[in-house]
Amino acid sequence: MTRIISTINAKDPTFQANHQALQKVVDDLYAKVAQIKQGGGAKYQERHLARGKLLPRQRIEKLLDPGSAFLEVGQFAAWECYDDYVPAAGVVAGIGTVEGVQCMIVANDATVKGGTYYPLTVKKHLRAQEIAERCHLPCIYLVDSGGANLPQQDEVFPDRDHFGRIFFNQANMSAKGIPQIAVVMGLCTAGGAYVPAMADESIIVKEQGTIFLAGPPLVKAATGEEVSAEELGGADVHTKISGVADHYALNDDHALALARRAVSRLNYQPALPLTPTTVKPPHYPASELYGIVGTDLRKPYDVREVIARIVDDSDLDEFKQNYGATLVTGFARIHGYPVGIVANNGILFSESAQKGAHFIELCAQRKIPLVFLQNITGFMVGKKYEAEGIAKHGAKMVTAVSCAQVPKFTVLIGGSYGAGNYGMCGRAYDPTLMFMWPNARISVMGGEQAAGVMAQVSKDNLARQGQSMSAEQERALKQPIVDQYERQGHPYYASARLWDDGIIDPAQTRAVLALSLAAANNAPIADTRFGVFRM
Amino acid sequence: MLQKLLIANRGEIACRIIRTARQMGIRTVAVYSAADANAQHVKLADESVYIGPAPSSDSYLVIEKIIAAAKSTGADAIHPGYGFLSENEHFAEACAKNNVIFVGPPLSAIAAMGSKSAAKAIMSEAEVPLVPGYHGDDQDPATLRAEAEKIGFPVLLKAAYGGGGKGMRVVNHSAEFEPALQSAKREAQAGFGNDKMLLEKYLGNPRHVEIQVFCDQHGNAVYLSERDCSVQRRHQKVIEEAPAPALSAFTRKAMGEAAVRAAQAINYEGAGTVEFLLDTDSKFYFMEMNTRLQVEHPVTELITGQDLVQWQLLVASGEPLPLTQGQIQLQGHAFEARIYAEDPANEFLPSTGPLTVLRTPATSAHVRIDSGVIEGDEVSAYYDPMIAKLIVWGSTRTEALRRLVTALNDFRVAGVRTNVDFLRSIAKHPQFQRAELSTRFIERHEQDLFADTSALEDDYATIAAVVELVQSQQHQHAWFANPGLQLNQPAQFSLTLQRDGEPYAVTLTAHSNGWQRLPDQRVWQASWQQDRWRIQCDAQSFVAHVMHADGYLTVMTEAASIRFQRYDVLVELQHEQASGGMVAPMNGTVVAVLVASGETVTAGQSLLVMEAMKMEYTIRASHAGTVEHIFYQSGELVSDGAELVRISAAD
Repeated sequence: MTRIISTINAKDPTFQANHQALQKVVDDLYAKVAQIKQGGGAKYQERHLARGKLLPRQRIEKLLDPGSAFLEVGQFAAWECYDDYVPAAGVVAGIGTVEGVQCMIVANDATVKGGTYYPLTVKKHLRAQEIAERCHLPCIYLVDSGGANLPQQDEVFPDRDHFGRIFFNQANMSAKGIPQIAVVMGLCTAGGAYVPAMADESIIVKEQGTIFLAGPPLVKAATGEEVSAEELGGADVHTKISGVADHYALNDDHALALARRAVSRLNYQPALPLTPTTVKPPHYPASELYGIVGTDLRKPYDVREVIARIVDDSDLDEFKQNYGATLVTGFARIHGYPVGIVANNGILFSESAQKGAHFIELCAQRKIPLVFLQNITGFMVGKKYEAEGIAKHGAKMVTAVSCAQVPKFTVLIGGSYGAGNYGMCGRAYDPTLMFMWPNARISVMGGEQAAGVMAQVSKDNLARQGQSMSAEQERALKQPIVDQYERQGHPYYASARLWDDGIIDPAQTRAVLALSLAAANNAPIADTRFGVFRM
Repeated sequence: MLQKLLIANRGEIACRIIRTARQMGIRTVAVYSAADANAQHVKLADESVYIGPAPSSDSYLVIEKIIAAAKSTGADAIHPGYGFLSENEHFAEACAKNNVIFVGPPLSAIAAMGSKSAAKAIMSEAEVPLVPGYHGDDQDPATLRAEAEKIGFPVLLKAAYGGGGKGMRVVNHSAEFEPALQSAKREAQAGFGNDKMLLEKYLGNPRHVEIQVFCDQHGNAVYLSERDCSVQRRHQKVIEEAPAPALSAFTRKAMGEAAVRAAQAINYEGAGTVEFLLDTDSKFYFMEMNTRLQVEHPVTELITGQDLVQWQLLVASGEPLPLTQGQIQLQGHAFEARIYAEDPANEFLPSTGPLTVLRTPATSAHVRIDSGVIEGDEVSAYYDPMIAKLIVWGSTRTEALRRLVTALNDFRVAGVRTNVDFLRSIAKHPQFQRAELSTRFIERHEQDLFADTSALEDDYATIAAVVELVQSQQHQHAWFANPGLQLNQPAQFSLTLQRDGEPYAVTLTAHSNGWQRLPDQRVWQASWQQDRWRIQCDAQSFVAHVMHADGYLTVMTEAASIRFQRYDVLVELQHEQASGGMVAPMNGTVVAVLVASGETVTAGQSLLVMEAMKMEYTIRASHAGTVEHIFYQSGELVSDGAELVRISAAD
């Protein structure tokens, strides 16, 4: 039991400036999310509502238990990725409880381009399924989609992680005993028809839901048969004749109640490998994170100030506190769940990397979930460090992170650059869930650094030709690189491409991690077997 | 002195009698029906005897079973309480035959007062003033009608062997006479096994003032002040008080002495109550004499400092009365409010079910609760749905009334609906506060007493939501500890209740000071304080209770209590599918089926008569059509919500 003693001063002008700067960024985040929540916009929403249908987020609210949190994933998916405006990639996904069971919900938004699947829609749907499979969360698909976005068929249909993978996942999750429930609340055409057809249990809404392999236009084109959508694949057909759907719902409300009823009958037993203790809130308010962190990634601060505002009772028992001090490792609890914290507190040295590897081994051995707080410019460079084998020490940490079978949660709280991203459980290392703060940046190296490298290479080339570069030329060379890195390293850019599972308000970090841990606790924790550590 | 007392009753009165008996060192025997196996009176008594199935006609009303229970346990006396067999001369006779003391008056006195018409004749002889009326044996409807015309409308129709307002009808016009007579007779027959009727002049604005009398076997007789029981609903007492306000010493003495005369005229023994109607001109008329302990006896106990059950047991043991008339001192003022499981908004229909929550005000020297149930018990459809009697004392009427209101505020019940708000609105009514009483009080002030709470619904639903939220925040489960959390947006919480069968959602959004409700933007917060919620709404702060039971949410403040039902679309759809049938409003018995299968009926036509709690309910056609099916026959028990009659829609 070691409570972190915070040393911040909320009256400090730097603190206040930091606070204001990050508040501004968070305000922008909230504004953008408020817009994303409007889906395809007022016009399409009104048209949707006029048909007696509920909006996807209303459907989710009614599906969830009253008071249940909703941990959305991929909120920024497809943000400014296409010429079309495709907020949330046209599909709302996230975790919430239904009849006390934590479920992954995937709800098409028909107000966004008819709910059709863009490449990032597919990626998001698959990511949601991946999380569900990892955490053993029953899946509920609220289907209301025209299927693949035809102009982009080459990006959504043929490849391994394209449309077909959705059904592959359904089949394999079902095989693992992870329930798959589909509620057909609108179109469910062609490949989409397999969502209810592959589900364990499906519900269809009268005069709204339709399921068919080919819609009326295609049927007419193919065989000349003229048939209405309802006759072809409406609720009556599928619940009375074809048996493609199991339950007949009178409207959206009824369908969602039937879905809740279905979940209540799952007899679903989460594995619960972790037993949470009584929850103790942190000793310091989360709101102070803004003033501590600010938006200037070059300004250092003690990461323990951040940990103190995330973990129960601000209590962190550090491991190897005095060794490899640029990496803080320690045991704590978040909302009662035991966690191992791995947090950057400066650049990674050989010692910090070895300490990280050791600590990750401990957590894997003890089956304690890992929380990575990533704020890393990279590993130390230079002759001395290469000579002492920083590459193999870094490799140990990467091996440990790669192989650890415990739930891993990564939060990018600052910079995420280069090999630091690897050692600290970046996307490639399969964190169970991964989030990014709005002040964070992610790229192979910092923009300034990259520009500096490029400028240096150019200068060297010029020097070989006996030429030199003016200061102005150098600025002109560097600026576009800096700009490019800033744009591509920005959380909106990153999250839009699903390099993470979402951007989060730093003040919500504790709650988000608590929900993530609770979700992961549905699945058992496997034994870890590590690869060869280069000694 | 008595050794062992059997209490031939249940509920609060059985418990109350057991307490006194125990204090006097008398052992007690409870009797119980199948519905009462776990009842409080059974737990309280030294011994208990099972006497049969739940219906009182198979248990509490079966004389042989009660006598057998007394014999088998060796009880030397039986206290009948009130209701049931308390005024049944056959029972008193059976006791005498079996050498068991009946704690009550002699057989002859019961018999004399049991028939109201005979009672009046005796009273007339004893110079006790009577209301003009007809008490004859000729029960031909034509004769009764002629007598009614002679007395002049309005007249009161009363069951000769009845009591408690059952089998009683006020007839305002001669046109209403026939149906009222039939209905009153049916009620009387069901309730008392005899449908003889008597008629009386109906007074316009009288008070109900009754005198508590006591006589012993040695010829002593006293009166222990009076009780004003004017506040009545359908002749059922609602709030009683003692002494009667604004009664001149002269009238008080005159009434007391008349009551003693009445008792002595029938050689009375034990506790009795002589009920008078007190007219606005201070004239009083004998109504009836109740030859038992009254429900409202505690108000007399509080102002006299006497235990009337103790007096009863002493008299039954042959002891003289503990006090003489001159020794009886009155002090202060007392009220009794009867807390019932009933729904004032729905014709006071009994509301049966489990008492999921039952919290009563703290008792003290000034606040007394007589109750036969505790939290978790059930209000059964078989018996009187009384939950408790709240009795308060004050040195003045004003002080006592203040205590009454405060104590009513502290009454919290969930699981069943109650009349607590209704009682409080009476207690707080200016006219009641000024003691402007009459038996018409409730009908006259109906507008005030049944305040429309619909304007408060929105706010009360918000209270329910904010309380649910704050409770959720205490949750150890991560998914509920941050209620309504969503990423990068203020948390949002919705509670969906039901209003007129439609969902009605209260949505709250996290705000720096609490939770904001659109569209009025007020900010709400709730905090738990010991045993209640402190609700903050903008700058306003007040106390509330929120109780949950079986899908219902009851929000209670000092102003009102409103019960909400959680919305469940599946349940609603089921109801919708089941509709088209007429359903039982509550548990009860079918007493008459008025239509036949295949008959064409009009909307609103009476189809069937149900009886529950000795009250009749007419089930009417919800729409015109043909009777397709009648699901129950006369005499059958039906449960709440059961479809009774199905009518096909008219083409």
